[in-house]
Amino acid sequence: MTESLVEVRDLKVHFPITSGILFDRVIGHVKAVDGVDLAVPRGKTYGLVGESGCGKTTLGRALLRLTPITDGTIVFDGTDITALQGERLRVMRRRMQMIFQDPLSSLDPRQNVESILVEGLSAHRMGGGRKEQRAIVGKTLDAVGLPQWALSRYPHEFSGGQRQRIGIARALVLDPDLIVADEPVSALDVSIQAQVLNLLEELQDNLGLTYLVIAHDLAVVRHISDTVGVMYLGALVEEAPSDDIYRTPLHPYTRALMSAVPVPDPDVEDRRERILLAGDLPSPANPPAGCRFHTRCPWAQPTRCRDERPELRSLANGATHRVACHWAEDIASGKLRPHEVSVELVRPEGDIEVPAMPLDNVALP
Amino acid sequence: MALLDVRDLTVVFGRRGQRPVRAVDGVSFSVDSGQVVGLVGESGCGKSVTSLALMGLLPKRAVKVTGSVMFDGMPLLTMDERSMRDLRGRDIAMIFQDPLSSLNPVVSIGTQVTEVLLRHRGLKGEAARKEAANLLDRVGIPDPVRRLKDYPHQLSGGMRQRALIAMAVACRPRLLIADEPTTALDVTIQAQILELLKDLVSGSDTALILITHDLGVVAGICETINVLYAGRVVEATDRRQTFAAPRHPYTVGLLGSIPRLDAVRGEKLTPIRGSVRDVLAWSDGCAFAPRCDRRIDQCLQGPPELVDAATGPPHRFRCVNPVPKDQLDQGAPTLVTEVSP
Repeated sequence: MTESLVEVRDLKVHFPITSGILFDRVIGHVKAVDGVDLAVPRGKTYGLVGESGCGKTTLGRALLRLTPITDGTIVFDGTDITALQGERLRVMRRRMQMIFQDPLSSLDPRQNVESILVEGLSAHRMGGGRKEQRAIVGKTLDAVGLPQWALSRYPHEFSGGQRQRIGIARALVLDPDLIVADEPVSALDVSIQAQVLNLLEELQDNLGLTYLVIAHDLAVVRHISDTVGVMYLGALVEEAPSDDIYRTPLHPYTRALMSAVPVPDPDVEDRRERILLAGDLPSPANPPAGCRFHTRCPWAQPTRCRDERPELRSLANGATHRVACHWAEDIASGKLRPHEVSVELVRPEGDIEVPAMPLDNVALP
Repeated sequence: MALLDVRDLTVVFGRRGQRPVRAVDGVSFSVDSGQVVGLVGESGCGKSVTSLALMGLLPKRAVKVTGSVMFDGMPLLTMDERSMRDLRGRDIAMIFQDPLSSLNPVVSIGTQVTEVLLRHRGLKGEAARKEAANLLDRVGIPDPVRRLKDYPHQLSGGMRQRALIAMAVACRPRLLIADEPTTALDVTIQAQILELLKDLVSGSDTALILITHDLGVVAGICETINVLYAGRVVEATDRRQTFAAPRHPYTVGLLGSIPRLDAVRGEKLTPIRGSVRDVLAWSDGCAFAPRCDRRIDQCLQGPPELVDAATGPPHRFRCVNPVPKDQLDQGAPTLVTEVSP
């Protein structure tokens, strides 16, 4: 029995960008995930936070082998699942389930709740006969707080919060070890978000589940997670226990992100320090060299930041707090002061340089 | 006199063969010159329909808008379309949620910004282009002269929202309505846009109505906050009172539902029961009663009135069994600093 349920080593997921009318040729790669190391301890919650386009969803999907992996290894409960194929992968998938962001588009509108829940059981030949399957499904409904009459209903008959409960029940019926929850509450109203967050916590307490929660809302992630990882342009920039990340954020991006999250308290809002980041997230097809954050970083230095990519390293004061910044110590001690950053315009489609290609390199299909 | 005075605004959508829907059900509030007012509520509370009704942008068919909206002494609801068109964009401007769908994708940014200047300020040719570049610069778009030739898809989400804001402030409107201006944006970009809005309205006499579902957003910027539920204002007071001493159980519930970044870890959230679907018609009682923990028999006997708090700063709430004041007052701020506009 290993201590971490999932271990990811130097994971890379690159998507090819192709162009051409007759023959597709690869003209570049979107480096959605570009070298991530992380470990999710058994029975704990790991929260991944970052802005759109930082690769957090791709990382979650790659972890479940739902997206092809370019490089790196994923070890799930002692088994290397990076190259697992066919039946062995299918069997392994029972143990890792996913909860999606939009409960309406991830539930089949023409299946009733019972058939949605039984489908997974049948696929994995679980629960034996129909009667036993019904018992498992009934128990799961209780666990997520849905009434038994829900079984014969269809997804459109439920409210957003209840639909998300159906999505959670679908993940739970298979008795998984790991649940990857991708933005589990961002499509819900505020008052419903809290219900679903509390439910996820309860289920973890009762069933000993391990979660990887992916969200853009730092407050939500901090609330539910034991460890928080902050991603920026395909890589982790900081990883720390939830309390530390709020109390002593070390990476400039984490500090900016933290100061940008609105707090529902006028007193706090008036007093808090604001770090406004200039400009937008650079395109992951053409990420900046060196530290990926240096184009927007108020603490960026003329040396190292532009040409040397910082490693995720732990600082002297604690092994659990890791940060990918050359100057983390100096920033924390106040030796380095923030400076003005000029805005660079970012093109949403990315600036992909099309390399001139000799004709004999074109592969014929 | 208030710049904008909304009294008993009601919007009813007719549906063929079905009971009509009262999306907005007697909303009243007023906005002074230079003031920042927040309308807060969850989906379906009528906050966006309210703003569309103010702008006269609701379809005429099958929609009944009643009540009165006075803008600078002029009744907006009965105004003819011609004068309304003169007013829109010049005196009242609006910023929408999704900048991509509210910009024309086949027209360059420059043309879209100069259109406003041409229509309302009579600027033409070089003068209009110059002013448009100025406006883009003012909202923080880098290299504005070259951006004028860009099309919306060439700009990022944050830059698009800035372009939209540039169009809205082109004529220095007296009232700016921002409907979820940051919902489609990332947090760091949201912070930039909120800062920009703050800068634009502070020190000018432009009033801002900020419509949002996010209590955190209004906490930093609004002076007065109206909390809406099921088409009615349920609580209205200044921002300090809203957060430090809310009286309506719905406001209290909302605040208890939000995970706070600065909260002590391990604290459970206290969600509101049920969902926004569980509403009662206001005519039968309090619409929030089915989800309320403080419900008493009286809640179901007719609609509650918006009452003023007996003491303290102006504070109105629509509840017959409000959360007692002393229960929450410990949290009231002792260090009252100057409220920045």
